[in-house]
Parts: sequence; structure tokens; C-alpha cells
Amino acid sequence: MKLYDGGKIIIGLLIFVGIATFPFYYNIGKVNAKPEPKVDTPAIQEWEKQYGKKECVESKEFMRTNHMQLINLWRDSVVRNMNRVYISTSNHKKFNMSLQNGCMQCHSNKKKFCDECHNYMAIKPFCWDCHIQPQEKEENKS
Amino acid sequence: MSMDRRQFLKIAGISSILGFGASVANATHPIWVKGLDPSQVEPNKDALTAKRWAMVVDMSKFKTDEDFKKTIDACHLTHNVPDFRNPDGSVDTRHEIKWIWKTAYENAFPGEPNKFMDEHLKEMPFLVLCNHCDNPPCVRVCPTKATFKLPNGITMQDMHRCIGCRFCMAGCPYGARSFNWLDPRKAINPERENKQYPTRTKGVVEKCTFCSERLEMGKMPACVEAAPKGGLLFGDIEDPNSDVRKIVSTKYTIRRKSDLGTGPAIYYLIGGSDHA
Amino acid sequence: MLEKAFEGSKKYWAWIFFLGALVLIGFYYYLQQFMYGLGITGLGRDVSWGLYIGQFTFLVGVAASAVMLVIPYYLHDYKTFSKIVILGEFLAISAVTMCILFIMADMGQPMRVMNVVLHPTPNSVMFWDFLVLSGYLVLNILIGWVTLSSDRKGVPPPKWIKPFIILSVPWAISIHTVTAFLYAGLPGRHFWLSAIMAARFLASAFAGGPALLIILALIVRKVSKFDPGKEPIQALGKIVAYAMFANVFFLGLEFFTAFYSSIPAHTDSFKYLYIGLDGHRELVPLMWTSSVFAVIALTMLLIPAARKNERSLVLACIMLFISLWIDKGFGLIIGGFVPNPLDQVRTYWPTMPETWITIGVWSIGFLILSMLYKVAISVREQTAGVEIEH
Repeated sequence: MKLYDGGKIIIGLLIFVGIATFPFYYNIGKVNAKPEPKVDTPAIQEWEKQYGKKECVESKEFMRTNHMQLINLWRDSVVRNMNRVYISTSNHKKFNMSLQNGCMQCHSNKKKFCDECHNYMAIKPFCWDCHIQPQEKEENKS
Repeated sequence: MSMDRRQFLKIAGISSILGFGASVANATHPIWVKGLDPSQVEPNKDALTAKRWAMVVDMSKFKTDEDFKKTIDACHLTHNVPDFRNPDGSVDTRHEIKWIWKTAYENAFPGEPNKFMDEHLKEMPFLVLCNHCDNPPCVRVCPTKATFKLPNGITMQDMHRCIGCRFCMAGCPYGARSFNWLDPRKAINPERENKQYPTRTKGVVEKCTFCSERLEMGKMPACVEAAPKGGLLFGDIEDPNSDVRKIVSTKYTIRRKSDLGTGPAIYYLIGGSDHA
Repeated sequence: MLEKAFEGSKKYWAWIFFLGALVLIGFYYYLQQFMYGLGITGLGRDVSWGLYIGQFTFLVGVAASAVMLVIPYYLHDYKTFSKIVILGEFLAISAVTMCILFIMADMGQPMRVMNVVLHPTPNSVMFWDFLVLSGYLVLNILIGWVTLSSDRKGVPPPKWIKPFIILSVPWAISIHTVTAFLYAGLPGRHFWLSAIMAARFLASAFAGGPALLIILALIVRKVSKFDPGKEPIQALGKIVAYAMFANVFFLGLEFFTAFYSSIPAHTDSFKYLYIGLDGHRELVPLMWTSSVFAVIALTMLLIPAARKNERSLVLACIMLFISLWIDKGFGLIIGGFVPNPLDQVRTYWPTMPETWITIGVWSIGFLILSMLYKVAISVREQTAGVEIEH
């Protein structure tokens, strides 16, 4: 099979591969620490004192892979169906289905929790365009 | 094997679609496909419920500017409604956002000019807000159901789904809706921000929600609580024992533009009364 | 065939690059709007739709007007239009693309547009508008391309394209009826709440679109070796005359109902547009220009001698197009919002960024039009002696 305009095609392909793999070789040698979300906020420590262990709405593995979908479903459940209480399938406890008044009550350390993984994955969830971020003490001003 | 360019592209296209489809099908937890099970969610136990929420407005109870300010501020501060101003301090009427506000009689009830009307009534400001209509044109026109009716009669707004087309603003006969033309966070006083309620972002429409989030936690709407006693009555109009039902069925009330068939749920009491 | 769009004279490329520059400027201002919000336009809480939606409304009409060529040629065998139907179809593609772009420019949250597909809402006219506009775009691309490639090969188009061509006729009527329904069903906007809205829209579409086609056909004759011919242009002229008469008549009907009934809800908007309301007279000069141009253009079109002379015909078409653009693309929209539902007069005027974005979208439209016309002209020049069958 003859490759017409072979020279131009090969050069074009090389340029494309160069651009497409840019993120990989640009970061060679850079230290990208593994994300380590911290779950040691005062609220979580309180919970541990009360119940003997740290518990989230669902298990750590479930939350890690599915919290995005869970939050989406909570949103529709609260806004559109007026149901604000979630009954966990793992520990049968009841939780307030709210980002600001639920999740962030325990995970008030957004920078050391949410942002850890999100920054590593270069994800910018737009929840915070509307939902107010918890005020963290390390910030200079509110 | 000899193949021409078209065949090659066809085969490459189909393989990538199949490959992509396979990787998606392989994924995931049922929650992505089936969603939440009804047994996992329930309403808050303190939630106030009704068959049909409605409001009676008795303007005779609003006597001073302060009365109005307290009522309007209660709503706007609870919900982080931004306050857009021009450089000279006047209200920016283009970008302003208001869920409840006061206006003259001729603006609240246009088309009924009576030049011999009682001067006091002509000058008296009226509180206006979303009417939470029975048959709302805004819900009819919304292409994504971002505005929709709750079973309890509230015309609700889902700020997550709104695409900002503003068809609902064109459809509302009462001018009750506001659009975020700019980033609202620039016009919110951070010291008075309500950290328990979100703000909105630019590009979505917002309006009064009859404080759905407060009702669901057992509290009355913010304006009703802050208004002078008896100024704003709120209740279930389908409940024969509620205040609103008693007033609406015994005294003379008017609604805005009621001839349009929208079925508003805000009733303005004529003549004032001693129900408070 | 598309490669023909990329071969051309210096003048052609100069035109393409000029349009490209305008597109880039428009895009720059769109990025500003995307970052800061629609607040950089002149829109506000009371006039919440303006230039963008007005342009969309006007261009839907232009897009629908292709049907004025399709009906005579494909349904009634009117061979006079054989060489220029393709110009109508390509104009439709360009116009519908501009419609879609103007809608996207007007969205507060454009990234969420797919919500219309994810949460279909049949009771919303906008949902149907989305469907019919996309469908019309696909239809015209399909029909235009298939028929033109057959012409180029000197053979009649394949039989399977016929049902699509027939479908494009009611579809064209539907895109403009649906767009009219966006306005005509809103209980709070009495300026628009009239059964004749859809009829007015169609009449002005069938006047404005073919008028533009006449202008474009004459430009094509000037810049290329393809001559659409005197007869098709005269036939189009007659169509424009009748449609414009209907349009002006319908506008007169609206005036009558409003002013004879004297109902303020109906007369206030007309007053704002033509004599001013509460001291606000921003749109008065524009609206009178539109009306005067309309009457002059209609008179010229109705006088056979003026219509037969291509110079005066073109002048009439240009005045007509401007008149309709002002009326439908601006006056109609603003008029519906003034006075607002609380009977207050709050006005609107586009800002500079808003204007540049609008020019940018029009430039994209003209770019698509120029490139598609280049293809069509090249094919016609090649097949100059060949009889076109269908």
C-alpha cells in the first residue's frame, strides 16, 4: 500500500504524538507525592470517641470510587424530592444529605482532605462555585 | 491484504467504539445505574408538610420602613442574595437580584388605574414575591425542569440544573425571577454571609422558594418570621383549620393578575384585620 | 467537493481572512463573557433577552426561507429554480448554524446545555426548538450535499433523497412556527400574545430570506462565472413582493387590534417602540426607519417596472432586509419586555462586547456561506452546459 504524501503524514503524526504525550514527559523527575487525605478533624475525633471508630456515610472504598455519584443523587433527592436524611447501608446511621451542613461538618479540612486527591488528579469540581467552602483556620482571612 | 483508506477508517472507528463501550460496561457500582434505593432516604422528622402552601399578605400591619427592611433582609440574608449597586450607591436595576421586595400599588396590580383611589392606598408599598402559582408559566416553559412544582405547591428552583436560558423570566407574568448576570459572590457581604446556605453562581436564575429548606427542617419561612405580627401569614390552604384558609374563605382578598389563569398562591388582604 | 472551498483567488482568500479576523475578535469577547458572565451585555433583570435572541429569531426566518425555492422546484417542477435551489439550501445551513451559535452565546451556563437532552421536557417549546433546529441543520446538509454531488457528476440525485426533500418543507415551516411559539404562548407578555405571531414570522421569513438570496445571487453573478439567470431572480422578486405585502398587512392588523381595543397592556409596547413611553424614546428612530423602509421597499416591489430593473430590485431588497432585521431582530424582542410585568419602563441597549460577539457569529455564518457557495459555484462553473435533472 503506497502512503501518498507520506512525508507530511509522518511529520504530522510525530507532532501529534509529541503534543499528546506532553503531560507525561513534562512531569518526569517531578516529585508528585501520593495523596494522603487526613481524617483527623475535631468533629471526626468526637465521633470516634462516641462510637469507638471512624465512620463515614459509607465505607472508605465505596466513598473513594463513588462519592461523586452519591453527591449527585443526594442533590436530586434533597432539592427535587424533599428527602434530606440518608440511611447508610453500611452502618445504618442517619446522615444529613448536605454538602455544607453534612459532609463538611466532619470533613471541615477541605485543603487536607478533598483537595489532596483532587489536586493530584487535576480535578476542579465546581461544587464550590455555589456551595460555601468551610473556613479553615490556616487561612489569613475569611 | 490490500485495503483502501475508507475501509481502514471504518474499521478503526468501529473498533474504538466497541473498545470504549466495553470499558464503560465493565465499570461500576450499581449506584451509577440504579441510583438510590427509596429505603435509603427519608424526610427530616421535623419537616413541616402541607397539601398546598399559601401566604396571606396583610399590608396594614407593615407600618414603618423598618418593618419592610427587616422582612426583606431576613429573606435576602438567609439566602445569600447578592446586593448589586452602582458606583454611586444606588441599586443597579439591571443586575439586581431580589426574591421579595416592595413596590407601589400600581406596579403590583397594574392595569387597574383608578385616579380617584384613596391616596393612602395609592402611596402604600406592597410586598411582592414569587406567587408559587398553581399553573405556573415558568414551569411550563423550562426546557430542563430546573424549575418545577413540588407536591406541596411550592414552585421550586433547582440551581444545579438551570442552563440560564431565561425562558422562565420571559414567561413569568409577575417579574418574580432574577438572573445572575455576574458573579454574585462579589456583591455579598462576607460578614453577613449565611454559611448554612449556598450562594449561586453566575448564569443561573433564582427566586423565592417559600424557604423550602427551612420548611423541611421544621421552620417557618424567614420573611414570615421577621414580618410584623400578622403581616405575613403562611400555612396550608387545603387545611380548613389554617389561618390562611380561614382568611381567604371569609374575607376579601385579591391576587395579582388572577385573570391570567396562573392560580397564584399569594393573597393580599383588603381592609386589614384583627386575626393577628 | 469540499476541497473547492480551499482553492480560490486572492480576493476570495482576502474575504475569508477578513471574516476570520472578525470571528477572532468576537471569540475574544465571548471569552470575556464566559469568564465574567452575561453582565457584560446590556441585558438586565427586566429586558432579559436582547440582541442574541433577536438575531436568532431573525435568522430562523432566513433559514426557513429555503423552502420558498424547494416548494416550486421539487413539488411543482418549476425548472426556473433548478440552478439556484442549492444556494437556498446552503444559505439555510449557514443561517441555522448562526441560530444555534446565538443561542449558545445567550446561555448562562452553556456547559449544561446537554441537560435539555438528558431531561427532555415536551411541554417546553424550547425543547422542541432544540430538536427542530438540529434536525433542520442535518436535513439541509444532507440534501444540499447529495444533490450538489449528483449535479457535479451530471446525474439525477439518488431516489432516497426525495423523501428528505419533501420532509424539509414542513420542517422549514415548523422551525419558524416553533420559534414563534416561544413568544406567542407567554401569558404575561401581551405584545407577543397574539395568534398572528407565527403567521407574521413566516411572512417576514419568506420576504427576508429570498430578498437576501436575490442580493447573494447578484453578488455571485458578479464575482464568478456562474450566472443564476434573470428569470429565477425575477421569480424570487415576485415571491418577496407577495410575502412582504402579507408581512406589512399583518403588522397593520396588530396595530389595529392594539389601538382600537385601547387596552394598555397591548398598546404600551407599541407606544414605547414608535412614540416613546414615560420619556423613554431609545428605539423610536430605529422603528420608524424600519417602517419607512418597509413601505418604500414594498412599493418598489409592487411596481413591475421597478421590480424588473435589477438595480432597483436590489435596492428594494436591501431596504427590506434592513427593515425586517430591525423589526424582528431587535424591536420585536425589546418591545415584549417593555414595559416590564410591573408596568415599569426599564430599557436596553447592546454594549460593545455584545455587539462584537454578534458580529463574530455573523462572520462565522458568512464564512460558512462563502465557503459553501464557493463549492456550489465551482460545481456550476464545471457543469455549465449540463442539464440538471431531478
